[in-house]
Amino acid sequence: MKFSLGPVLYFWPKAQMQQFYRDAADSAVDIVYLGETVCSKRRELKFDDYIALAQMLREAGKQVCLSSMTLYEAPGELRELRKYVDNGEFLVEANDVGAISMLQEHGLPFVAGAAINCYNQHSLRRLVGMGLTRWVMPVELSQHWLDTLLSQSLISDIRDCFETEVFGFGHLPLAWSGRCFTARSENRSKDQCELCCINYPQGRQVSSQDGTAVFVLNGIQTQSGSRYNLINQLPAMQGMVDIVRLSPQVEGTFDWLTKFKANSNGAAPQPLAATDSNGYWLNLAGMATG
Amino acid sequence: MELLCPAGSMPALKAAIEHGADAVYIGLKDDTNARHFAGLNFDEARLREAARYVHQHGKKLHVAINTFAHPDNYQRWQQAVDLAVSAGADVLILADIAVLAYAAECYPKIERHLSVQASATNAAAINFYRQFGISRVVLPRVLSMQQVRALAKSCDIDLEVFAFGSLCIMAEGRCYLSSYMTGQSPNTAGACSPAAFVQWQDNNGSLESRLNGVLIDRFAPDETAGYPTLCKGRFNVGGDTYHALEEPTSLNTLDLLPQLYAEGIKSLKIEGRQRSPAYVTKITQVWRAAIDAVMADPQRFYVQQQWQQVLAGLSEGSQTTLGAYHRKWK
Repeated sequence: MKFSLGPVLYFWPKAQMQQFYRDAADSAVDIVYLGETVCSKRRELKFDDYIALAQMLREAGKQVCLSSMTLYEAPGELRELRKYVDNGEFLVEANDVGAISMLQEHGLPFVAGAAINCYNQHSLRRLVGMGLTRWVMPVELSQHWLDTLLSQSLISDIRDCFETEVFGFGHLPLAWSGRCFTARSENRSKDQCELCCINYPQGRQVSSQDGTAVFVLNGIQTQSGSRYNLINQLPAMQGMVDIVRLSPQVEGTFDWLTKFKANSNGAAPQPLAATDSNGYWLNLAGMATG
Repeated sequence: MELLCPAGSMPALKAAIEHGADAVYIGLKDDTNARHFAGLNFDEARLREAARYVHQHGKKLHVAINTFAHPDNYQRWQQAVDLAVSAGADVLILADIAVLAYAAECYPKIERHLSVQASATNAAAINFYRQFGISRVVLPRVLSMQQVRALAKSCDIDLEVFAFGSLCIMAEGRCYLSSYMTGQSPNTAGACSPAAFVQWQDNNGSLESRLNGVLIDRFAPDETAGYPTLCKGRFNVGGDTYHALEEPTSLNTLDLLPQLYAEGIKSLKIEGRQRSPAYVTKITQVWRAAIDAVMADPQRFYVQQQWQQVLAGLSEGSQTTLGAYHRKWK
């Protein structure tokens, strides 16, 4: 079982990003995803900066993948996507089928991110035919769903053509909107957002009126209020999941990576925090803990 | 420009046709469509009856099969396609690439429209779905008018937009908020914030709405309590309690009608398969009159006050918005 670091979903200053990836280079992580996946207005790091980080990480022995955006609305954003597709060196994670379309045109392999709607063996088989080499299961699916899908005879002859990855740690990306909720929380419109996401390195917590953490606002993205944590489910993933993704958090990401690696086979289970959840994997409501 | 109206039952379908819909869209009585609600939708006999009725009136029937097929009973989605075609559907509204491919291969002559649940918001995404021979794309409600215009100019494919009804504020088909709270989402179960998880509670004079135990909103005695759709609750962010994601409001694009017409938008979709025949009647009447007016003379088109009054009365919280079509909403 390998471990990956997902793209940083929040808007961090350039220096913080560079420090994070230096730490990643020194860590035991196998695969690193990087790139802006949420909002095209976040430009602390530009395409060339990401490529420089990617090269640094590759030299440190990491497998690197460039993650592209999830919600493309404007032609300018597609031009930026084109740069990712044409990078010439690194595998690309598609988070919108628009990216798959471009990658397919160039005959390039791709990772289908969790926001690509692949829910069954027939869709997965078609995506493999288009060049998919790694499939990140949609976050709302369970172990049972994954097991059922991978056990279908339609998959058996292509099972070695792709890897399976599961989002296993961090606040879950659950929705994307035309509206920016962080700007709204500051009474600003999206056009006048003043890049205020940079003031919230772990997003803004949304609580119910009786104090339960419900969501996290991260610009146009809405995340789970709880931190998804599948550390104790790793033994059950053996033989089914090739890669477990940790989504970078503002603190403690590499400590958790160490804990995840230690519990790959169940040798070092961890108590979950009250703010953790694992419901989706257990076929419950996502916010639940089983 | 087509007026495409919703129907969750035969009476609603007849109301839509009688009051001027050019086409009606419906779903089967199971989780193969994104309005899988108790007491709603069409079984095989009703579906055949619907097709007969619509065709007798020279109109078209669209059938939405727009959830994502499950791995253990994929055949159900195939059977839904087979059934819709055999019953006489003119159009299939599809989202899952496997179901799109199946329909394209087995029934190449039946028109395929890309459901809003496929979340195609840009030219590259539309290009992706062309391999399944789609003839029309239903655009998600996240785009501004400017972005709709850009797509209309750059994509050589028919576009359908939502004109009126409940406002989904997230990119449709890529919103898992409902399953996060309840285990059921539009993609997997064909439902958002399902009624089975709703609880109402009186708490010292204020009415509380909960979804699977989570407090969505709290209403004072003088406030109108709305259905606890989870993205339309009042929550706390940084010490302020407000509609953190969206107010309970409906989308209403009447003001944009001349622009949509000028861009050659092929179809205006009215949301609301879960609504009553009376609702469908009123909404169809207003939009029929508005579309006729804009087509007769786009320059002189104006929004009649009476139309707005009717629509406001049919809206969530009696409020309407231009939603993402209007940049300031974002």
